[in-house]
Amino acid sequence: MPIRKVMKANEAAAWAAKLAKPKVIAAFPITPSTLVPEKISEFVADGELDAEFIKVESEHSAISACVGASAAGVRTFTATASQGLALMHEILFIAAGMRLPIVIAVGNRALSAPINIWNDWQDTISERDTGWLQFYAENNQEALDLILIAFKVAEDERVLLPAMVGFDAFILTHTVEPVEIPDQELVDEFLGEYVPKHAYLDPSKPITQGTLAFPAHYMEARYTVWEANENAKKVIDEVFAEFEKRFGRKYQKIEEYRTDDAEIIFVTMGSLAGTVKEYVDMLREKGVKVGVAKITVYRPFPTEEVRELAKKAKVLALLEKNVTFSIGGALFQDFSRALINEKEKPVIVDFILGLGGRDVTFKDLDEALGIAQKALAGEEFDEVNWIGLRKEIL
Amino acid sequence: MAESPFKAEIERVQKEYSEKMTPGAIAVIPGSSVVNKTGSWRVFMPEFNRDKCVRCYLCYIYCPEPAIYLDEENYPVFDYDYCKGCGICANECPVDAITMVREVK
Repeated sequence: MPIRKVMKANEAAAWAAKLAKPKVIAAFPITPSTLVPEKISEFVADGELDAEFIKVESEHSAISACVGASAAGVRTFTATASQGLALMHEILFIAAGMRLPIVIAVGNRALSAPINIWNDWQDTISERDTGWLQFYAENNQEALDLILIAFKVAEDERVLLPAMVGFDAFILTHTVEPVEIPDQELVDEFLGEYVPKHAYLDPSKPITQGTLAFPAHYMEARYTVWEANENAKKVIDEVFAEFEKRFGRKYQKIEEYRTDDAEIIFVTMGSLAGTVKEYVDMLREKGVKVGVAKITVYRPFPTEEVRELAKKAKVLALLEKNVTFSIGGALFQDFSRALINEKEKPVIVDFILGLGGRDVTFKDLDEALGIAQKALAGEEFDEVNWIGLRKEIL
Repeated sequence: MAESPFKAEIERVQKEYSEKMTPGAIAVIPGSSVVNKTGSWRVFMPEFNRDKCVRCYLCYIYCPEPAIYLDEENYPVFDYDYCKGCGICANECPVDAITMVREVK
């Protein structure tokens, strides 16, 4: 029987790692994800997880150790956040290029300067071009589930790409919620033992990994990463379906909530989706036609699903905890790209909010709704809006 | 032009080495550096004038690659698969038998 335990998302991530039985975990502590490797080191010390726990001197070393371990042919896991993920940046490209199915749990946190340990999505969003798959959890249960799913997708022969699972700093990492821990046997059946497809050490079959590619080959190598990302779209659907069959919890690349007959659809990710769902419930009682679309899978970007979603709404209001300078938020760019050649498309309004742990309140959402309603009415509106900005101190 | 002394080995590895891209660009055959050509970034290539050559072998000695070997009559032969176009051979040649010319592909 699955156990139900009250725990933080950090702990849920550690439990997911334990259930996945990685052979190597290399991690460096950083707020807010420190508890993940702490808890894993406990599991290892107590003999509950048979793995090598490598204490390293930086995140750059943590991910490098993971690349080495994964290239040698074992399941590998690490956790980090913010500056730690940024320090991993160059190795993230290497992990993806070498097609190593490493999984990282990321406590989504703002980037310096100024130093800020609280939540936004700038850290993982900034790594969107590394080739890594990206999942975003709405709550602690999703943090656990998506890590298991991430392993399964990453290790699929058609994909072979590393994956990161983001869960919001403090809002999830340090908040306790009941989480169902699935049975080990069920997880074993779901994930199976890791059998490396291409990356392994075998003295009888020597290979060279991390090769130099001349101009004659580099482009093709990069294309295979592109192709693997494309393949991942189908594989993710399959794995989501299998997960639902085995564990009873349903996941979709874009989860829709009350979007039927909605005129305005709020699009968001992570824990903010929970807040917005509450807000939409409230509005629906007042007869306002609004819905929510939660992006669970951000890379590969669910272009087809976005196009389907766009058919349902007159206005897409993107709520984003990240900034892409001169553009707005990253989603604004992604949604624009997905819809640019569609004959009929909704108006897209972008909202930047909740940066660096700023609370997103119903009042903030009212402000966003007001602007979205202006857009709906055909009035003039700003494409990019900073919500909850304290203009008086600027 | 005389054939590279590595020709047989190169052909053997080329045959074994699948031209298909492997996941993670893994080199599946050890020693594939023998077949992977390093002459692709060349801008200038050495042009050899056999009539001027005095067979002093300075080009052969100084080539850092080494992409110059000697034919049956001991004249230098340039292996453009590996020549990086550094121009050292042309610089060392005492009789100006080698000139660097811009390579147009």
